[in-house]
Amino acid sequence: MSQEIIQKTAHELHDDLRSGATTATALAEAQLAHIDGHDDKVKAYLETWNDEALAQAAAIDDALSKGNDPGLLAGIPIGLKDNLVTTTGTTGCSSQILKGFESPYTATAVQKLYDAGGVMMGKLNMDEFAMGSSTENSSMQKTANPWNLNCVPGGSSGGSAASVAANEAVISIGSDTGGSIRQPAAFCGCVGLKPTYGRVSRYGLIAFASSLDQIGPLTKDVEDSAWALNVLSGKDPHDATSADLPVPDYREALGKDINDITIGLPKEYFTDSLGDDMRQKIETAVDVLKAQGAKVVEVELPHTNHGIAVYYILATAEASANLARFDGVRYGFRHPDAKDVKEMYTMTKSEGFGPEVQRRIMLGTYVLSSGYYDAYYKKAQKVRALIRRDFDQAFEKCDIIATPTTPASAFEFGAKSQDPLEMYLNDIYTTTANLAGVPAISLPCGLTEQQLPAGLQLIGKPFAEADLFRVSHAYEQNRGFDMGHAPIA
Amino acid sequence: MSKITTEDVEYVAGLAQLILDDDSKERLVHEMGDILNYMDALNELDTEDIEPMMHVLDLANVYREDEVKKSLSKEDVFKNAPKSEGDYFLVPRILDNTES
Repeated sequence: MSQEIIQKTAHELHDDLRSGATTATALAEAQLAHIDGHDDKVKAYLETWNDEALAQAAAIDDALSKGNDPGLLAGIPIGLKDNLVTTTGTTGCSSQILKGFESPYTATAVQKLYDAGGVMMGKLNMDEFAMGSSTENSSMQKTANPWNLNCVPGGSSGGSAASVAANEAVISIGSDTGGSIRQPAAFCGCVGLKPTYGRVSRYGLIAFASSLDQIGPLTKDVEDSAWALNVLSGKDPHDATSADLPVPDYREALGKDINDITIGLPKEYFTDSLGDDMRQKIETAVDVLKAQGAKVVEVELPHTNHGIAVYYILATAEASANLARFDGVRYGFRHPDAKDVKEMYTMTKSEGFGPEVQRRIMLGTYVLSSGYYDAYYKKAQKVRALIRRDFDQAFEKCDIIATPTTPASAFEFGAKSQDPLEMYLNDIYTTTANLAGVPAISLPCGLTEQQLPAGLQLIGKPFAEADLFRVSHAYEQNRGFDMGHAPIA
Repeated sequence: MSKITTEDVEYVAGLAQLILDDDSKERLVHEMGDILNYMDALNELDTEDIEPMMHVLDLANVYREDEVKKSLSKEDVFKNAPKSEGDYFLVPRILDNTES
């Protein structure tokens, strides 16, 4: 019974909680017990909030018993990436420099989940400051892929993806700067959405690259993703870049036909660097959409190959500025041996930041430094404009762009950690959506020969998440197979 | 031949307020060199007439009334400080007292 309950989706549990088939307390207890029994192998959670979760669940049960509506996500166990600040527990970005930080406020996105009745289970592991594609850059622990414990879960929201895949959370929240929701979702066989830039408030998301960062949900299915975005979206006075646009009920997009949809296949994504196995998975997925009535055309995104270079210039430049605030004065770690202020800054940063974060601060500082600013930073901003133009032109011919999420399925621990450039190239299919600010979703589309999940990426027009959900749902309902559960789940 | 030298790495580390040991410097000369070489592929694009894009949204300045609102308590603000006293964050000595 308890095994069954934690395998369910949020929309199924929503009905169970209202029909009396289960209670929020029973659900929270089952979820905590499952985490307790599995997370020693998966290591998704940095901390769990048992007492708070049970108290929240009791309040939900009380509201339900009185006939009140405690919200769309009432009683649903939710996990949070460790870069979302919360007054409960600690927020550390999986970094030694912020370890033990107790936030005086809660991120808007998280507050919206609380207001919708979500039951917060705790904080999830990530690459330090969201910099990485395998979660191996966490200074805290290594999170394993629930489909194969020798493989990475992807990153940087690796804990978020692994927790959903291992049924250790019904929904987890991640952040995506260059693929950090979609790539781990693809590696772990869950649904991962990066909304349009500005759709979800970034207030309380510890900044990595402010012009690219976006918060989004990792879920067991498309319907839960739509439910979560309903709750997360909206204008926030605390985030001047949050969009002042109405939030549609994304659930209304589900179950509708896709006869009017044109799918674009960018030829630049289907080159020799894409493995045959993955290519075949994507082609099969596109055939499913075609059978459902969608038209398929070829489109061009000519600057795709320059995406990684643009991304790593702009993201590191913004990161080098954002991370300057970790100076040992107001919060976080301060090196105990510093004798003067200069030493306090240098010794604190050098000891507190891990190798990948230091590498990116160095790169970002270099591309912004006098003499190199025009050659790298400004050049990258110009090519970013070309990338956005590519998308605008492609979307004149189609409504949705379909691509692989990653060139291959999850790799083993250590396989790429010695070569930073090789690790960066793993983001080839995901960074351009952030650079262009458009929404994108990764959907499980089968298992590769290695018995690891493959990810189909669908990219939409700005603020057209409803179309993204409609096409995603049509695929998921008609793909003709059940992904099943990860062996560890 | 790497694109950047040990001296470049030392200069940038100074700007970034990082202390690097010799092994890290050598590693970064190679890693940053490789990455910057890869980034040089952008030079094959003609961007002469392209406006740099800083942001994907058309942003306007946000104004609000200058009203006093509730903000964080001092207790909350100082609770994460490595060292504080009263309403102040304490830091090590800033001025070298041998100069005066």
